[in-house]
Amino acid sequence: MKTLIIVENLSKNYSKKEAVKNINFKINENEILGLLGPNGCGKTTTIAMMLGLLKPTSGKVLINGEDIDKNRISLLHKMNFISPYIELPKKLSVKENLIVYGHLYGVKKVKSRIEYLTEKLRLKEFLNKQTGELSSGQKNRVSLAKALINDPSILFLDEPTASLDPETGNYVRSFIEKISKEKNMSILLASHNMDEVKRLCKNVLMMKDGEIIDKGAPNELIKKHGKTNLEEVFLKLNKVDDEF
Amino acid sequence: MNFKRIFGLFLRHFFLIKSSLPRILDLIYWPTIQIILWGFISKFFSIHSDYYNNTVGVILTCAILYDFLFRSSISFNMLFLEEIWSRNFTNLFIAPMKISEIITSLIITALIRTLIGLVPAILITSPLFGISILNLGVPLFYLFLSLYIFGITLGLFVSSGLLRYGPAFENIAWSSLFLLAPLGCIYYPIEILPQFFQTIARGLPLVYIFEEARSILVNKEVNYSNIVEALYLNGIYLFLGISLFYYSFSQARKKGSLINIGE
Repeated sequence: MKTLIIVENLSKNYSKKEAVKNINFKINENEILGLLGPNGCGKTTTIAMMLGLLKPTSGKVLINGEDIDKNRISLLHKMNFISPYIELPKKLSVKENLIVYGHLYGVKKVKSRIEYLTEKLRLKEFLNKQTGELSSGQKNRVSLAKALINDPSILFLDEPTASLDPETGNYVRSFIEKISKEKNMSILLASHNMDEVKRLCKNVLMMKDGEIIDKGAPNELIKKHGKTNLEEVFLKLNKVDDEF
Repeated sequence: MNFKRIFGLFLRHFFLIKSSLPRILDLIYWPTIQIILWGFISKFFSIHSDYYNNTVGVILTCAILYDFLFRSSISFNMLFLEEIWSRNFTNLFIAPMKISEIITSLIITALIRTLIGLVPAILITSPLFGISILNLGVPLFYLFLSLYIFGITLGLFVSSGLLRYGPAFENIAWSSLFLLAPLGCIYYPIEILPQFFQTIARGLPLVYIFEEARSILVNKEVNYSNIVEALYLNGIYLFLGISLFYYSFSQARKKGSLINIGE
């Protein structure tokens, strides 16, 4: 299987704080890789460096053999990102937001792409509604539509189902699963939902204090640590005391 | 440069303005009030001042020109601040947009935003005060061009600060032009300023622009050396503004401000 992303000796220091410490991993074509770790462990910093939003202190991110730091613009055409911490302009309608991003990503047939995505993500009825008036679950689906507007081959998903009700969450997970297979998409999924990670990801990276402390297939990790599920593995690796 | 991406960023702001009547009214309201106020002051001075004797509209014309500068700069800053306020900043910078495309799009959008506000205000000066800014003739185009370049340049300086320091830099965005206004010699000749401030003022294109406007209206003389001097200084400042914007973007990538700029 072809390796699409190589993260090589990647580090980021903010003055005295080491946010990410010399991490290495690869993502293959059509692979969904899970990125797990407690808040502040360096997940967002890692994703930001992979998107070219943040300059690494050392190391590099190679996408299809090209360094993101040197070929940021051309590589960004193939990538996209969704996070609950960033929003689309609230005063613009869903349709207007998607038209804007369709243009920014140089999508050739913006109108038909919007029709396809809004159909798939059950957004048709909200097309002319202001994005700010939508529920958090609906906003999340709009963000996902924006993240897929350029038909990316690499997708970074940060908590993609965080604010969704179980039914919609399940729908979005199925959609991600389906579209990644159909489009041969590589996905880096940062999530705190362990069931989601187990269901979607072939492999998982466990991060703590800026380092990758373990990695492997979800079932292998569960077996290796003698636990019954991924959440227990997470708690063990992060030494979370459940006694108050 | 890719026209589609430039147009895309323009659309983002066009959609925002066209769907909001309060925003359109807000764009028109302030320039109109400003110009009506200066219209009456101008009328008073034209009657009671020797300097402005029989030269109706010098102050009003200068007020319109200054407002054009003010609106250009504020428009540029506002476009940038809108992205911060709407927490859309990260989305914008993970889109494959070159910095040159962002700057170009903001320059075009800021011009349209400025004209939406200023054209109605200019139109009312004729019926209300019997004054037309078109009295400046052909040099008016160069004066507007010069003011627009300087407004955009100030916008670039402030946006560089926003990029690097985040919303904390917002107050500078509002105060930057008020700081330069006394040195710009908008309503008075440069000789009024103390010697030290005159030296500083001569380094600003504003002095030459407003000097020229007064020269045309008061003395009926066109002095193209003022226009050339203003454009020359503008070229230098614009180059510095663009360089600073690129540098701030690079620093923001190092410091991580592109990720948490809305916070």
